[in-house]
Amino acid sequence: MQKFDKIKFRNNMSTAARQAIISILAVAAALAISMIIIAAMGVDPGRAMSKMLSGALGNKNAVAETLVKMTPLLFTGISYALANRCGLTNIGMEGQLYMGALFATISGVYLPGLPLAIHLPLTMLAGFVGGGIWGWIVGVLKVRFGASEIITTVMLNTVAIQLVQFMVNGPITEPPGNDAQSSPLLDSARLPIILKNTRAHLGILIALLFVYLFWMFLWSSKKGYEIRVSGQNPDAALYSGINTKRNVVLVMLLAGGVAGLAGATEVMGVQGRLFPTVSPGYGFDGIAVALIGANTPLGIVAGAFLFGILRAGGNSMQRATGVPVAIIKVIQAIVILMVVATAILREVNLRRKKPEAKKA
Amino acid sequence: MSELILEMKHITKQFPGVLANDDVNLSIEKGEVHTLLGENGAGKSTLMNVLCGLYHPTSGEIWLEGEKVRFSSAKDAMNRGIGMVHQHFMLIPTLTVVENCLIGARSDSILKLDLAGAAQQIKALADEYNMDVDPMAKVSDMPVGARQRAEIIKALFRGAKILILDEPTAVLTPQETEELFNMVRKLTKDGYTVIFISHKLNEVQEISDRITVLRQGKSVTTVKNDNISVNELARLMVGREVDMTVTRHETDQSKAMLTVSYLTLGQKSGNRLLNDVSFEIHKGEIFGIAGVDGNGQGELVECLTGLTRATSGTAIYKDLDLAKSTTREIMKSGVSHIPQDRHKSGLILSMNLAENMILQDYYQPQFGKGALLNWKYINTFTDQLIQDFQVKAPSRFELAQNLSGGNQQKVIIAREVSREPGLLIAMHPTRGVDVGAIEYIHKRIVHERDQGRAVLLVSTELEEVLKLSDRVAVMYEGEIVGIVKPSEVTVEEMGLMMGGKRLAEIR
Repeated sequence: MQKFDKIKFRNNMSTAARQAIISILAVAAALAISMIIIAAMGVDPGRAMSKMLSGALGNKNAVAETLVKMTPLLFTGISYALANRCGLTNIGMEGQLYMGALFATISGVYLPGLPLAIHLPLTMLAGFVGGGIWGWIVGVLKVRFGASEIITTVMLNTVAIQLVQFMVNGPITEPPGNDAQSSPLLDSARLPIILKNTRAHLGILIALLFVYLFWMFLWSSKKGYEIRVSGQNPDAALYSGINTKRNVVLVMLLAGGVAGLAGATEVMGVQGRLFPTVSPGYGFDGIAVALIGANTPLGIVAGAFLFGILRAGGNSMQRATGVPVAIIKVIQAIVILMVVATAILREVNLRRKKPEAKKA
Repeated sequence: MSELILEMKHITKQFPGVLANDDVNLSIEKGEVHTLLGENGAGKSTLMNVLCGLYHPTSGEIWLEGEKVRFSSAKDAMNRGIGMVHQHFMLIPTLTVVENCLIGARSDSILKLDLAGAAQQIKALADEYNMDVDPMAKVSDMPVGARQRAEIIKALFRGAKILILDEPTAVLTPQETEELFNMVRKLTKDGYTVIFISHKLNEVQEISDRITVLRQGKSVTTVKNDNISVNELARLMVGREVDMTVTRHETDQSKAMLTVSYLTLGQKSGNRLLNDVSFEIHKGEIFGIAGVDGNGQGELVECLTGLTRATSGTAIYKDLDLAKSTTREIMKSGVSHIPQDRHKSGLILSMNLAENMILQDYYQPQFGKGALLNWKYINTFTDQLIQDFQVKAPSRFELAQNLSGGNQQKVIIAREVSREPGLLIAMHPTRGVDVGAIEYIHKRIVHERDQGRAVLLVSTELEEVLKLSDRVAVMYEGEIVGIVKPSEVTVEEMGLMMGGKRLAEIR
């Protein structure tokens, strides 16, 4: 395994280094622009930023909050990156997350009498299955009917969100049914807290485990190799006899499942029951996380960490300085614009250079 | 000495990471056929793209009829009488010839398009140079040769005085090439100047007045085309002596390895891309397929490798009907495939050499038991192939896109040949690679034949097919029009067959 890490590192060193620099510059530029906006609002941008940082990293509780926000972002970031490595664009993490949360809730509420050692993994698995089904549908639609996954995932997002809305108002609502929420999960399905007196739960470690699995799967397994070949050159995949259609279904299933885990860990670790607004957009933030991280394992961790800070620190900043927390959305948007813009620029450059470089 | 019409002085063109033209000098006399000779990547096309305004030179000057010029676009160059016929035609297939000619041309009125008048002019031009072009024909309905004539007409119609022909003979039969050359001779007699780009030495020798040799982005020399031998030209182009002869051994060719019977590929429109194609390839035999590009060769290879499903017919290899099998089944059964376009399907350019070397067999147990890849073994395997097949690369970590065309092709050949196939299907194995690599690839293919493998060699380079093959089939519009032994056929006969005449009709 040592050997393989070294290969990947050397192989991608220049590209990885370049990508890292681009991402860091994009984030720096986005922060600079937002500081100008904050200054225009009449607030000292230095103070706003320091409030945000202390709110995210200033003490044990703050760090715990950052970890809590990071957890679903890691899952959705992996989900997007996995599909993207196979040449697919999964915009459906939000819906997959909702389905994962729904399935996990059903397992967590309605299976009494199980010991934690069984009930907890089972509930996680239920979350994976819920998201996985949502992704699998997309894969099948694409392979069977040629439906663009970009469209179907977006449409299925709405379906999933409405389905959860319906479920918590009807079939799985907490008796007697006064509030739009499910009954609380049984204790045996709750993720343990890993930092005393905070909200930081075991989910963050599970998410990091999945980052490692994502890495192992893509770069050391035969299936992962197939998926990367399909993503980078579909014609070469066909030429070598790779069953690209089956892989599309598999990848969408896995990507959906991982996004489902984001929902499951939210319910099992943070909220304790299912609310109709289980996610404040973690599914969409996952796209940004994967973009900043260039679909690489370490990049995704870094991206999720950054967005975790923004989400966790944003509230403190608002409380202390009056800068609305919406500024976080602005920062995120600018980061995405910057990363995408550099990606496009690089693509254009490459295309210009290509005909000549080929010959040399 | 006649008057200089065009001079390019000290042209340098720097691309990111590549110096495509390095202090190139070129002077063209009025009314001559001036050839730019050089290998792929020598900088011929870049230089011409600079001349016709598509690229700006990094430094250097262009003098046209004694006046220093600077073109900011292709239109600029066109207005000054420079017209280029690109290797890949720049015609819009859904429009007619006359409509194509009028795109971008100067017009007297913005409102009215004088199609009839233009058509008349085009007809007159065509007649003058004995070109068979119907101005009202739709480009998509025209054969390749006619499209090329339409391109030339388009350039003349727009007022070109200097005509640049970029590898014009690549898509033509020998007879069509002769017609083109007659036209070129007439054009120069009428005062046009022709810049001819090629790497085919015989043609260069036949048509040129003077020859400028480009090598690795530099202009090596300009010579008059008298008494200069083909060998001398080859030496100038490559920069060293070249040994293009291949020695072949006697092989036992008694056993048929691949039997193709009545292979047919139809379209919904009823059009047949392959029509009753039948042939056999024996052990230890190279079976060549010649023909002008686009006459069903690509479809034939796709049907034999499972990429396209044939409508009817069979292709029996061992106990497998290739026409009804998946790509994976075919490759597993001991067939190797060197694809026609290495960038499109043969390589994953953004992956490294090790990852490219295992593309065909990564799932086999030797590359890792169970679900995981054994990188340790893959690395040794890759290093071995890089060494055995003389791939010039800094290491196995190099990305495929950073290799030269010839070395990329060697990677594919290493991968496919190392599988020790019973049947090797090679399509355009030397397209776009340098002479050194061509030498190597030819020897390697013959070596595989000598080892007792059956080889299907598809190429549009007539010389290559005739030199390497034991038997050659000529394809025209999806059919085999004749199967001959290279020693028993003349180039003229091959040309006639490539133009659609059946072997029985010409003998």
